[in-house]
Amino acid sequence: MSEEIEFDTAGITKKFMYVNRKAPYGTIYALEVLEAVLISAAFEQHACIVFVDDGVYQIKKGQDTEAVNMKNFSKTYGIIEMEKEDADEDEDMDMEWRIIVEKESMEARGLSPDDFVVAVEVIPSDELAVIMAEQEIVISG
Amino acid sequence: MIHTVNKSPFERNSLDSCLRLSVKGSPILLIEDGVLAATKGTSVSDKVAAAMNDHPMFVLGPDLQARGLGETDVADGITVVDYGGFVDLVCEHGTVQSWL
Repeated sequence: MSEEIEFDTAGITKKFMYVNRKAPYGTIYALEVLEAVLISAAFEQHACIVFVDDGVYQIKKGQDTEAVNMKNFSKTYGIIEMEKEDADEDEDMDMEWRIIVEKESMEARGLSPDDFVVAVEVIPSDELAVIMAEQEIVISG
Repeated sequence: MIHTVNKSPFERNSLDSCLRLSVKGSPILLIEDGVLAATKGTSVSDKVAAAMNDHPMFVLGPDLQARGLGETDVADGITVVDYGGFVDLVCEHGTVQSWL
């Protein structure tokens, strides 16, 4: 078996949005959406990762899950930030990533951008609604 | 884009978030426990009536019936659709955002 299989990697690129609306650990939503985001990185898709409502707690600094016997996956959001930086810096890569927190949700929970494990864009709901309407695929959790 | 809401407005903030993060003109379809928002004379009726100025509102009939509700219980201006109507809406408006 010496034949080499060639994969067509120049596929279709779509605009994906991931809408995170639930706090971590109480339900499986946050972890499942995070896994989907990482898959879209592998396929070099455009992605807006959005944190709304209790979803903003997914990226809260200082999570310690040792006593509840669950895996602390908040560090994995750092990989999203790295993917975003790669996409920003690599001119040959047609991939745009944004990490967005809805301003109203953040403020309602007494949080500020310094409370998050990744650098985020804080965007008010009326502007975020317009960004959402421009998406081709929305995955929510 | 079409928005679906599947949670009761009396228990969750899914409808509120949908209304806050949807552009004017985009349709909203109430399904599963979300259909409760479509009923007349509730504490959220005014909010839903105000939303109808900006959004065409739909509610899924089978989910109403399952909960002992019918067209006569639905507030004026909300269109009751069946599963076929659900499919038509999605085909017409493309991307779906589910408020879970």
